[in-house]
Amino acid sequence: MSSEKIDVRYVAKLARIALTDDEVERFGAQLGDLLEHVQLLGELDVAAVPATAQVVESRNVQRADVVRPTLDRETVLAQAPQRQGAFFRVPRIIAEAE
Amino acid sequence: MSATVSSTAAAIADAVNTKARSARDVTDAMLAHVDAVDDRVGAYLTRLHDLARAQADAVDARIAAGEKLPLAGVPLAVKDNMCLTGTRTTCGSKILENWVAPYTNTAVARMLEAGAIPIGKANLDEFAMGSSCENSALGVTRNPYDLDCVPGGSSGGSAAAVAANEAAIGLGSDTGGSIREPAAFCNLVGFKPTYGRISRYGLIAFASSLDQIGPFARTVEDAALAYDVMAGHDPMDSTSIDRAVESTADHLRTDLHGLKVGLVREFDTAGLGGEIDAVYKKAYADLEALGAEIVEVGLPSAKYGLATYYLIAPAECSSNLARFDGVRYGLRVDANDVGAMYEATRAAGFGPEVKRRILIGTYALSSGYYDAYYVRAQKARTLIAQDFVKAFASCDLIACPAASSAAFPFDSKSDPYSMYLMDYYTIPMSLAGLPAISVPCGWVKASSGSEPMPMGLQLTSPIFSERLLLGAAHAYERATNHAALRGPSVGAPA
Repeated sequence: MSSEKIDVRYVAKLARIALTDDEVERFGAQLGDLLEHVQLLGELDVAAVPATAQVVESRNVQRADVVRPTLDRETVLAQAPQRQGAFFRVPRIIAEAE
Repeated sequence: MSATVSSTAAAIADAVNTKARSARDVTDAMLAHVDAVDDRVGAYLTRLHDLARAQADAVDARIAAGEKLPLAGVPLAVKDNMCLTGTRTTCGSKILENWVAPYTNTAVARMLEAGAIPIGKANLDEFAMGSSCENSALGVTRNPYDLDCVPGGSSGGSAAAVAANEAAIGLGSDTGGSIREPAAFCNLVGFKPTYGRISRYGLIAFASSLDQIGPFARTVEDAALAYDVMAGHDPMDSTSIDRAVESTADHLRTDLHGLKVGLVREFDTAGLGGEIDAVYKKAYADLEALGAEIVEVGLPSAKYGLATYYLIAPAECSSNLARFDGVRYGLRVDANDVGAMYEATRAAGFGPEVKRRILIGTYALSSGYYDAYYVRAQKARTLIAQDFVKAFASCDLIACPAASSAAFPFDSKSDPYSMYLMDYYTIPMSLAGLPAISVPCGWVKASSGSEPMPMGLQLTSPIFSERLLLGAAHAYERATNHAALRGPSVGAPA
């Protein structure tokens, strides 16, 4: 673990959050500060330690593949920011051919 | 009549079940109390007058038909990250400010089925990220014991509601301390059960390997009553544990004979200041006086808890909060293409702490850093969990502080890391999935002229030992009765 400078704009792009220049500067400093603190983990010898994802019980849960009651379509679509018929409508995803 | 708002859940349920009072009468008195005090406290984001009255009438009808309900007529505050059909469920965030839940969280549903009355949806740090409730985008919640101080967080609204007698039981969620710390700040009992013991169906996710629902109450008995109602497997949450639940409210203890209580070598309280140190020294002595054998245990990896948590929880939150993209529900900020719409929506909808955590989590999971940060944190988590297993080989319970200070004034922790430090004593148990409870254990003064503010003793025990833990907490509470020293500045019965 080394504390390098975070490319906040790149990370924000991955996270799909638009940042202002002020936020880039402020978050960059704060995230750098947090990464300094987590460097503490670098002193642990974890070569032989298994990773823990979840503590209490790890087992796969399956259920019968049968249709059960769900929310009806109108209930779900009622709070869509924009809809068209039975669909959620979103802005253009694929650019038109030139 | 007015005293009923401060009655325990057990007393209210008894009065309603024996028809000494109707649930409707209890509810009307409670709604009047909320309307009189909550403009000053700010516990609730949404008050549920109509739903509360309708539920109270339904409870009275069931009582009239001969039913007995464990929480008949008990006023309930619900943290606003829990869905309740037909009510606004905001997570304290602009991105969900106007979202109305189309289904009900299982824990809430079980409380209502048991006769509880939903009084309101309670404020929280946005998406449960914070330790003071100051990160809510939708309202300010004040500590009923000192309006200049925070109620703690993230479940600060639920804690403030119960502390100001605006509910008898509050529901919170605890990811790294979000029930235990506000309980300590507000002179309450706050209980986080074993990970997986209570269904999270309908709890809007923050960090899925850590999130756990639990109750706030003014007594351990009330917390136990609520736990007994909520605990148990739910087919709608495949992470809820499918094993029999031991009842707790009928197994409360009055002493600690035969139990070994571990004090953690690494959690010496001398560094917290003389007054706080004295509170905990007295608490440990009281445990011994109740018959417990005090032993010293080591948690050598606990000091890595904060660093571990602040990688794992943000990593999980960056994944969980990806669903808030303006497509299906919640806020949308329009833009010319879908990518710009996502970015503008999330920029406008999330507050600074949520953005910080999404960014740190995204970074920790990104190519080139995943092993160095996220996987290393998961391995540190293993060491922390193993420490507890070793410690519990020589003791039944561990006692330590719930928080390193009493409630602090607003705007006094502007540096994010200083806020994260508030969870130093609660995070290790969360990482290990353990049940843990905060119980009032004494009072400290910020200065000689100020009112004393409450502190919390944290007790924790092995997974699925809720009966032991609540039983022991009850014995301590009954013997010490610290909560009675003073009532809230706002919300005391007239």
